[in-house]
Amino acid sequence: MNTNKLKLLKLLFFFGMVAVFTTSCNPNDSQVVANFNIITMQDEFDIEGAPNDNIWGYDIGKGTNGWGNNELQYYTDRSSNVEVKEGLLKITAVKEAYEGAAYTSARLLTKGKFDQKYGRFEARIKLPWGQGMWPAFWLLGANIDAVDWPACGEIDIMENRGAEPSKVSGTVHGPGYSAGNSIGKEFSLTQDRFDTDFHVFGIEWGEDYINYYVDDVLYNQITPEDVDGEWVFDQPFFIILNLAVGGNYGGPPNDATVFPQEMLVDYVRVYAAE
Amino acid sequence: MFTLAVLGFAAALAVSCEREFSDEVALATYPSTPEVFTDFPVGLTDAFFVSYDPADGANVYGFGTDDNEAYKGNSSIRIEVPAPSDPNGGFIGGIFLDRGNGRNLTEYDALTFWAKGSTTATVGLFGFGTDFQGDKYAAGINDITLSTDWRQYTIPIPNAAKLVQEKGMFTFSAGTQSTNGLGYSLWIDEIRFEKLGNIAQPRPAIFNGNDEEMSVFNGTEINITGTTQTFNMGDGSDVTVTAAKGYFDYASSDPFVAQVNENGVVTVVGEGTAKITASVNGVEASGSLTVESSGNFDVAPAPTHPAADVISVFSDAYTNAVEINFDPRYGGSTTETKISSAGGDEFLIYKNNNYTGIEFWETPIDASSKTHMHVDIFVDDASITQIAFQIRDIGANGVINTNIYNGLPTLDDKDYRFTASGFVAGEWKSFEIPLGGALASQKNNLGSIVLVGGPNFILDNIYFY
Repeated sequence: MNTNKLKLLKLLFFFGMVAVFTTSCNPNDSQVVANFNIITMQDEFDIEGAPNDNIWGYDIGKGTNGWGNNELQYYTDRSSNVEVKEGLLKITAVKEAYEGAAYTSARLLTKGKFDQKYGRFEARIKLPWGQGMWPAFWLLGANIDAVDWPACGEIDIMENRGAEPSKVSGTVHGPGYSAGNSIGKEFSLTQDRFDTDFHVFGIEWGEDYINYYVDDVLYNQITPEDVDGEWVFDQPFFIILNLAVGGNYGGPPNDATVFPQEMLVDYVRVYAAE
Repeated sequence: MFTLAVLGFAAALAVSCEREFSDEVALATYPSTPEVFTDFPVGLTDAFFVSYDPADGANVYGFGTDDNEAYKGNSSIRIEVPAPSDPNGGFIGGIFLDRGNGRNLTEYDALTFWAKGSTTATVGLFGFGTDFQGDKYAAGINDITLSTDWRQYTIPIPNAAKLVQEKGMFTFSAGTQSTNGLGYSLWIDEIRFEKLGNIAQPRPAIFNGNDEEMSVFNGTEINITGTTQTFNMGDGSDVTVTAAKGYFDYASSDPFVAQVNENGVVTVVGEGTAKITASVNGVEASGSLTVESSGNFDVAPAPTHPAADVISVFSDAYTNAVEINFDPRYGGSTTETKISSAGGDEFLIYKNNNYTGIEFWETPIDASSKTHMHVDIFVDDASITQIAFQIRDIGANGVINTNIYNGLPTLDDKDYRFTASGFVAGEWKSFEIPLGGALASQKNNLGSIVLVGGPNFILDNIYFY
């Protein structure tokens, strides 16, 4: 354990007490597990209607081979799939026949609008639930159109299988360590779940490290020594928020899956690396 | 010390968000002991196991403990599930009761226990909340297949907020339906209430999630049925608990038409339409009951025959001699039947009848000393002019024998056929049907009354005299 981590853990110990407040009926969404505190971009989703188009664009359609993962949904930008309401970004997966797909949902991205190298990326999210739900908060290298995937790099800050309500994972993909060979770790809540309340998912990313946290728990650090290939996390990345249905990660929905399902995002905040 | 103080302060803040009781309310609190059985019963009555009624076939001899088997520690509960032919009773089941005044289980979200079987039998019921004193908060999971190795089972609490003083700590009921009548052993260990924290997404249902509709009258009482609560468990699976009606809160869309009490009994009080819905802990239940009341309904005139002269099939005026099956579902039958009531008087409602029957052939009536059958008929529609009755004696062989091509009795069966007519819409009419024809000489095994045509009518006070 390096001294940097130790310091963080001390901070965690102290702020563990603060977390008691967050479970009250007027949640204080502050949490401290990270060191970077200068905001460079934030969306608090306070203006009702379509998400702020200065920040967010959309992927529309079924992609190629279900966005490379055999996902089943058709992504739209309709308000029935994505809207800002009551202070939250609401991404809704609907079971409906639409443009040849059996489900619709939404995928928002900051590509061409916002990207950043290093810093702290976090979002406060309440996840959907049920077999076949695949919510994710992730980053892609802004050079993806030039170098393609996985050379551009991918940082999955949070992804979840709806059939595993207490578990999320944080993963990096890059050249030589993508898909099945990606590098990451799972994090599980004890005596709690991710679909019953909001949780903060974040990374703190600097030169040669990416620290992963959930709420007030730092649960992983990935460094160049951990990956079997080139470390490509030294250039700007953009943000993606999406709720996929089906796909290779967790498989398709079943008869017990309840629709519609919502992924609710309280905020997305990005801080500069100090 | 500092940490404790800060935490305590934070907890106080969190509590302050809850709705507070007024100062006048003095809340009695009961112990919240979680354990029910570890290596021994914890806080249970000296009897430990209280059996279901032996009169219903419950076997009181198969319950004990086993010091050679335990999931944890050195002892477990051992239950010998009897064969159906066991003279001491063909199934085993019962409850464990708290030895005090009940426990406060509001802080828990599940009952957990470990169990295994000598074979992979299916157990009918595991649960809690049954106290043999109303069973107001009975809850359980049904048809649980055992493993021959220890496995943990979790029964989510449908709504823990209700369990401020619960005495029913555990329930089970096991028979040999899944083992072709072969008895087996069942071990249970480590029974306790727990706060798992990962049970979520409650989806309560009444009427098993169906939207029911009923045509009723003022005074009709209807029991809400099919009350369940479904949760998504920590492992992502769904578990549905059969939950007593007491866990639910009920509402009527129009209390001037229908009212519903906390026991889930709906009473129709006025003409019109009302929708009965329910919720558990603020979560709306799927399923509903829509009653359409046609207002006041004059029940059939009270029968005047002395009880001593009567063998009753269906009447509130007499003690019925038989339990009728009034919905035998004959092939090709379009009939919808329903028992309804007004002012405490039950009657039989028939809709779209082509043919159906009132059956009691399992306990035939010996009407040798009787000469007539009485029936009261109500029709609401002047287009309904006749309803045919076929009173059937099923003979000594004890079963109904019918020529399936012409519907006539065969073998040792005999019947008498009578067509009731002359109805006045909106009024009851009484008929005294003679036990004539072939029945005159054979009426010692009456077993069914076939009803043909109509198609819409109401019957009451069916008896022989």
